[in-house]
Amino acid sequence: MTAILTLDGLSKSWFGVPAVSDLSFAVREGSVLGLIGQNGAGKSTLMNMIGGVVAPTAGAMRWRGQPYQPTSAADATRAGIAFIHQELNLFTNLSIAENLFIDAFPRRFGLIQRGAIAHRTAQILARLALQADPGTAVGRLSPGERQLVEIAKAIHNDASLIIFDEPTTSLTPRETERLFETIALLRAEGRTVIYISHILSDVKRLCDDIVVLRDGVKVDEGAAADFDVPHMIRSMIGRDLAGLYPPRSAAPTSEVVLEAHGLTQPGVLQDVSLTVARGEIVGLFGLMGAGRSELARALFGLDPVASGEIRLAGAALPPGPRGRISAGMAFVTENRREEGLMMDAAIADNLALVALESFGRTPARLVDTAAIRDQTEAAKRDLGIKAGDISVQPVKALSGGNQQKVVIGKWQMEAPKLFLLDEPTRGVDVGAKFEIYALADRLAAQGGGILFISSELDELMGMADRIVVMNRGEVMGEALRADFDRTRILSLAFREVAA
Amino acid sequence: MISPLGRASDLAIRHANYLIFACVLLYFGLQAPAFLLPESLANILKQSSFIGIAALGMTLVLLTGGIDLSVGSVMYLAPLIAGIAMQEMGLGVPFGLFVALVAGVVMGAINALFIVRLRVIPFIVTLATLFLFRGFGTWLTSSQQFDFSDDMRAFGLGGLGGIPTPILFFASVAVLIHVLLAHTSFGRQIYALGNDREAARKAGLRTSWIEARVYVLCSACAALSGFIIIAQIGRLDAGFGEGREFDVIAAAVLGGASLFGGVGSAFGAVVGATLIQTVKLGLVFSGVNLYLQPMVQGLIIFVAVLADSFREKRVQAVQKRTIRPLTP
Repeated sequence: MTAILTLDGLSKSWFGVPAVSDLSFAVREGSVLGLIGQNGAGKSTLMNMIGGVVAPTAGAMRWRGQPYQPTSAADATRAGIAFIHQELNLFTNLSIAENLFIDAFPRRFGLIQRGAIAHRTAQILARLALQADPGTAVGRLSPGERQLVEIAKAIHNDASLIIFDEPTTSLTPRETERLFETIALLRAEGRTVIYISHILSDVKRLCDDIVVLRDGVKVDEGAAADFDVPHMIRSMIGRDLAGLYPPRSAAPTSEVVLEAHGLTQPGVLQDVSLTVARGEIVGLFGLMGAGRSELARALFGLDPVASGEIRLAGAALPPGPRGRISAGMAFVTENRREEGLMMDAAIADNLALVALESFGRTPARLVDTAAIRDQTEAAKRDLGIKAGDISVQPVKALSGGNQQKVVIGKWQMEAPKLFLLDEPTRGVDVGAKFEIYALADRLAAQGGGILFISSELDELMGMADRIVVMNRGEVMGEALRADFDRTRILSLAFREVAA
Repeated sequence: MISPLGRASDLAIRHANYLIFACVLLYFGLQAPAFLLPESLANILKQSSFIGIAALGMTLVLLTGGIDLSVGSVMYLAPLIAGIAMQEMGLGVPFGLFVALVAGVVMGAINALFIVRLRVIPFIVTLATLFLFRGFGTWLTSSQQFDFSDDMRAFGLGGLGGIPTPILFFASVAVLIHVLLAHTSFGRQIYALGNDREAARKAGLRTSWIEARVYVLCSACAALSGFIIIAQIGRLDAGFGEGREFDVIAAAVLGGASLFGGVGSAFGAVVGATLIQTVKLGLVFSGVNLYLQPMVQGLIIFVAVLADSFREKRVQAVQKRTIRPLTP
């Protein structure tokens, strides 16, 4: 069989940091290729390069033997490449037929030929066994049906390569089964499929070939018949590490700080129970879309839960983030630029924000600026924030690592009982990472409980006393520091309890 | 999956504007039976055409998720320029109508230039042009009233086959906008753009070009509506059209157009404009205190906007990101 898409030494780096390096492989025409790898392995970057969203820094792609250099999503569509993303690109206020034809309606006298588009759409829907009228508004369809409409759109655009990116995330088992039948149908029609998923048994079942990525590099490749699930996991697991993490200075106590029991929110969380003790760092691991940030948001009162209860130091919590803050919770968000900091405001103003009310003096609660200056200066020295005059310098002038210290510092002013750290080292360089780990260790040693959320398993194994693993909004299991085992934790995260 | 009650409330929220319209008609009909006579209903329709024609254009803008605050000033400036041109060149009403439309298109193009090319948000751009266009008119007239020739009134108060001129134009524009929205690719792409701008771009739609044309059409509609009403009065006062942008937006929203984009129709705009006029006239008929009337109008607009916001919340609830199937 001939190759439909060939990658030759494809590389992409962001500001000098490689996301994908020297990637070469071929996709055989008419086959289903499985693409797997941990978070940050470079899958998304690769897809964006194929889709014309980002340009490679080096290397080349060939499409049906011809050089292929897409500069926009439309270029990829024109070549015959379609993407089925987790978030679908459909117009919910338009009908199925209109969604298929939106970029080029067949017209007569300037008017849309409604009969023709309905007829053509009905033909495609019949092939996909989707029993819906072409005039049905997409907003009325279930997630599974909408995905079939996306596939119908790919067929309508005559796509010869269809790329599925985590397509089963919001599907029921029956819808998933139906998707697999559809993929088999697409393959039987001679179309090529790239299938990206964290559900390894599905990859094994659907695919002809498998490519494994790790840290932007292809580490394994072969016929799916030669792979089993433990083999896939072994290939995805990375390097050794030493000296990247500070030693833990104190052992956790047995006094429970956070107690969550049976948290359930339809479509997001399912019966999640969790404890964190004083002085303990609990790592929360899971793949993209496992529900880690969703859990943190629910714990902090930002998102609702349908049932279940959360207790902090034995007491039931008031609803909403204000109540949680005053009860002693701190949330260092995943997205510090947009949610965690006022980027244009001075460092001192940011540091004082959470504790601002406690600086109120006199019956009018006027802010005591002298006290703020003293305390924020102390915090700066304490946290080792590398900055000039903190009452003038804006936060945006700081490096990523120092910004993160400001976020943690502003919460620390209130001496909270529990810290929720969501991806605290994202976008932070190696040296600053170490300082943040040291800071987390000190917060724990001072008696705080820490829920450390990360998609980097290595850093959790380096820092946590215990790791809790989530998948699809459920807790799959946990491991104590003494028996941390990368293969077992990753198996839990992939929901493959083979190892 | 959905309970009958949920379905019913869903239906009620989706068609809240028609429900309100029916209730209003019924209420005033009970208060003053003369209100439901064909003559008074025809009168309502005639008076609605002013706001109605502009609301049809506004619906296009709202469908893209934008807004146009300058329509009141366009209603003033376009007929003024037309009137001056007619006077200077000694030409008739058809020529004046053409000039008014061209003036509307130019003003719409100015809005579009700032919104599409310079990426300034529509609210700010059209707030600025609201003052700009009116200021230009004030400068032209030195705030004096402008008198049209008698031909103009003959045109405005006349009609064709017994149908008054304003209703003729209102109906024609409504049909045109309906065909445009429902049966042309431009129309369907307006809906797509309002539903998900990013997805529209990804689908290869020329989003800037669609948006630009929408603002031009909106201004052209406003210019036409201004010209038609002035033709009935025969005189253009300095304050004409001031504050009308809110009547126009309210009519479009009452007609079911969402301020968030993607929802609305030509038929809705007709209903919305008629509803506002019905309320105005009905309050007179039933002898409600003159000074209470703006409050009642405000209340009805508030209810319609509330329904819009409920509708949007419902849509967002459906689109909320999930990481596992809702039904196990």
